[in-house]
Amino acid sequence: MLLTLNPSSGQPLYVQLIQQIRHAIETGVLRPGEGLPGIRTLAEQLVVSPNTVVKAYSELEHEGLIEVRHGSGAYVSGKRSNKPRAERLRNAQDRVRTLIDKLQRDGISEEEIQRLVDAELFFSTPAGRKR
Amino acid sequence: MSNRWVIETYDLTKRYGKLEAVRKLNLRVGASRITGFLGRNGAGKSSTIKMLLGISRPSSGSGVVLGRPMDNAQQSRESRRHIAYVAEDKQTYAYMTVGQIIAFTRSFYGDWDLNIEQRLLRQFALPFPRKVKALSKGMRTKLALLLALARRPELLILDEPSEGLDPVSIEELLQALITAAADGTTVFFSSHQIAEVERVADHVCIIDRGRLVLETSLDRIRQDYRHVTFGFSTEPPPVDFTGESVASVRIDGRQIAMMATRNADAIIARLQRLGATSVEAAPVSLREVFLAAVKEESDALV
Repeated sequence: MLLTLNPSSGQPLYVQLIQQIRHAIETGVLRPGEGLPGIRTLAEQLVVSPNTVVKAYSELEHEGLIEVRHGSGAYVSGKRSNKPRAERLRNAQDRVRTLIDKLQRDGISEEEIQRLVDAELFFSTPAGRKR
Repeated sequence: MSNRWVIETYDLTKRYGKLEAVRKLNLRVGASRITGFLGRNGAGKSSTIKMLLGISRPSSGSGVVLGRPMDNAQQSRESRRHIAYVAEDKQTYAYMTVGQIIAFTRSFYGDWDLNIEQRLLRQFALPFPRKVKALSKGMRTKLALLLALARRPELLILDEPSEGLDPVSIEELLQALITAAADGTTVFFSSHQIAEVERVADHVCIIDRGRLVLETSLDRIRQDYRHVTFGFSTEPPPVDFTGESVASVRIDGRQIAMMATRNADAIIARLQRLGATSVEAAPVSLREVFLAAVKEESDALV
């Protein structure tokens, strides 16, 4: 599993981990039954505090997305099918692309679109806290 | 022992003649965490660490380390058995070889872990027959770290461990710290390398002129701290920020910029009601938090 953390992105590292692992599961990159590295291994690999991984894994476990087994790492839970979600995401991506095309035809620059999207996301959640 | 705090100090003070190196410091370091200890040169970091280790005595104030009071000589000796320390200057026993100093140190500790010793010897590629004085600075640091970690300490204190190391050695050092933390060791380290603290630490304590100016988690900085810049199309109204969690407010023409330390969304909503026509919010790096914290008049930062 390839994970990249950005220490200065304004999001707690454990939240970044959750999002990337959740995304990998929802898009089928990680499938039910497949393994994730153990807490120690992942912390050493990413050079982050083990607490960061513990927090991310326990949240993902709480959501039912993974199962953490003592001493042998974590596994993607097989309990629910993630296919509809993957389809919804692909569908959403199409809609975003259509909207961006339209805005660009109206003469809005890429940078301005980025800024508008960021502002909307920032104000729709408390202090820009994205989930 | 599963106390919440491994280090607690109460008005800890150290005077050298007229100079107050540490002034009424109230420091708390949580168990099972990696805590970064930041401050400028001469801010009192090393003086604080020496008192925590029992190497020097406080001029006044007190503290508890691993549940034992610092000012009780016998108890402080006992707690030192569970603390390992990697100093800034690792020149001690320069005449011994790597192998000799490892055997020598091992003989003092009944719970010395040979597996950790062997793993770190391999990982750090330390030359067994070489004299300590002939080691590079990076090698000396790794040796000191091996001697500290093979004891499986409850608390590991490091004073500027990455000072003078190349980037690869820094990475190896940080990885060793993470492994120790995964084994349950609480790590407390001072550093000037803010980027490395930002990456590995759970928590930071910032001291300035002998006082604690900020203690917070990196998660909270990432989640709650925001640079916010407001633009107005007319002269900005006078805004009173007392009672708000903001630091370093700057006003320039029709713009107001600040660092919000919590509730950025409430502050944004309030200024929009006052007629702000543009708002830009951006995360704050630990470097910026540090600079704001050690600035003159650094109040209201927590």
